[in-house]
Amino acid sequence: MSNNEQHSKPLLRVQELRTWFYTFGGLVKAVDGVSFDLAPGEIMGLVGESGGGKSMIGFSIMGLIDPPGRIEGGRIEFNGKNIAGLSEDEMRVIRGKEIAMIFQDPMTALNPLYTIGNQIEETLALHTALSARERRAKAIEMLHKVGIPQPEQRLSHYPHQFSGGMRQRVVIAIAMIAKPRLLIADEPTTALDVTIQAQLLRLMRQQVVENGTSMILITHDLAAVSQMADTIVVLYCGRIVEKGPAEDIIARPRHPYTRGLIDSIPHETAENDGPKQRLSQIPGNVPDIRKLPPGCAFAPRCSRASERCRMQDPVLMEHNAIAMGSGKLRPHAVACHHPLAVSP
Amino acid sequence: MFGYMIKRLIQMVIVLWAVSVLVFVMMSFTGDPTFMMVPLDATDEQIAQARRILGLDESHLVQYWRFLSNIAQGDFGRSFVFRQPAMTLILERLPATLEIVFLAMVMALLVAIPLGVYAGANPKKPASRAVMAGSLIGISLPGFWLGMVLIFVVAVKLQWLPSSGRGPTTEWLGMRVSFTSWEGFRHLILPAITLSVGTLAILMRIIRAEMVEVMKQDYIKFARAKGAPAKVILFKHGLKNALIPLVTVFGLMLGDLIAFATLTETIFAWPGIGKLLVDSIYRGDRPVIVVYLMFVALMFVVVNFIVDVCYALIDPRIKIK
Repeated sequence: MSNNEQHSKPLLRVQELRTWFYTFGGLVKAVDGVSFDLAPGEIMGLVGESGGGKSMIGFSIMGLIDPPGRIEGGRIEFNGKNIAGLSEDEMRVIRGKEIAMIFQDPMTALNPLYTIGNQIEETLALHTALSARERRAKAIEMLHKVGIPQPEQRLSHYPHQFSGGMRQRVVIAIAMIAKPRLLIADEPTTALDVTIQAQLLRLMRQQVVENGTSMILITHDLAAVSQMADTIVVLYCGRIVEKGPAEDIIARPRHPYTRGLIDSIPHETAENDGPKQRLSQIPGNVPDIRKLPPGCAFAPRCSRASERCRMQDPVLMEHNAIAMGSGKLRPHAVACHHPLAVSP
Repeated sequence: MFGYMIKRLIQMVIVLWAVSVLVFVMMSFTGDPTFMMVPLDATDEQIAQARRILGLDESHLVQYWRFLSNIAQGDFGRSFVFRQPAMTLILERLPATLEIVFLAMVMALLVAIPLGVYAGANPKKPASRAVMAGSLIGISLPGFWLGMVLIFVVAVKLQWLPSSGRGPTTEWLGMRVSFTSWEGFRHLILPAITLSVGTLAILMRIIRAEMVEVMKQDYIKFARAKGAPAKVILFKHGLKNALIPLVTVFGLMLGDLIAFATLTETIFAWPGIGKLLVDSIYRGDRPVIVVYLMFVALMFVVVNFIVDVCYALIDPRIKIK
């Protein structure tokens, strides 16, 4: 975020994105009117429960929505150009080179039949004119950067010869090797050991900061996001319920859903001998997205819900956030008829 | 690898021995071949003499023992009919069968792989459904019927290709083969098509079914996310992962075609080992049948071995041991 001139122009601008799935069970509005901006070098956390449409935003940006799903409307402006609805051939040039993606499960994201060297170099072979020797050198360098010991030897190994954490490092190496401008990480640590999660998040953060890459971190783990992200977007049933600067959202959530998510993170109490508190949870389940109730989708689970919430859709309204570290005023928006009061 | 080879070798000897016993026992139930050899008006004297010459005057156990000890000396017995070593008869005719079988398998693969991959990658497209419907027809068509229709249409009506026989052959690596000359190759085409259609349809369905599963995998989506073009996704990342079942079935079908191309060879008067088998059964030529079936068993063992090696070549997670 050193370059203030670029700051005004977002790298990615998603406007009123709607990605719908025409399933046998009915229409699933997985993403329904989502808008956000992502500045160059910014790390955005995309948070919500499972089935909230988080991953589908990532796949929509990548142009990897397969039937029965399709992008029904909206714009995805990448670097000033609308990439929603580009042809497969046009998208191919962007994928892997400009926008890279990390998948949830490293055990299945790598092809079991090819060496990791082959799979890392493939990205370079597709997007650069480097010679085989240069590609190999780059792959070794990249493996070294993601913390894989003895990269020269490891290049000729197959995915099954790596542990889950190591495989995710390889996946990160593949995603970052072409120095993309945007990295979409879809639940990158969910499938891994808790002990390794923090390591990998740190590694990803270091990689994107080093390259000035913007990142969308898709996760249900608000704790992980709060440590990494500049901004947070909270999603519920395909819609944004709250977005704003990360510290602001964590410290002063306005939406009852966000509050619920934060409260369900285990806290370390200041004194260990203090009374142990039961972890709070959000009552109820995510509703069937095919049969959303009228009004606010969260109303059935919300203690603050009123008659109005069950009738009328709340719109995302901006409130001005407290000035952030950069000295810039960034909007904190919430879609709620009865937002929580800003606590001191 | 060495241990594996030893194991396979022992396995092979056991299989061959079991086959020889089975065939010998079965042959002894099928009657006395002497009567097929001697003239209708032969005297008892002549019949007894013929028995002695053929070695049929002794008990089955002694016959079997003689057969085994001869094999140990490299002698697989002589044909009752041709008075030639049975092995020589088979090896002489083997190239003819191998020629049409290999051509048939190559044609089957060349058609089955692209169609199967396409149908598997786009299971909902009308063209894929048409391909699948076509494959059902291919599986259901009996080879002898197809062969006769091809002869009738292509050879008799259109007169594009010869209807039967092997055509001119030339010597190649010590074998007599047809494919080296254009006229010989023309003789190959119809029998090869007849053999390939059923195989083609089955291979295609297997590739399709596997590709449908493979295309759902994360690594396919990840390859797309890398920006790989469709060709790379389908053939590098997709097809290779679909190969294991294909290789299995391919091996079985290859063995099956070599061993039992009988019908096709009969229809096209193709002088291969399948035709030799049929003729030998008619003539009660026991040594040829025994050696033939042992040869077939041996071939299946070898094909299975090659298939195992292919597994290890395709998938690094599979180790030969």
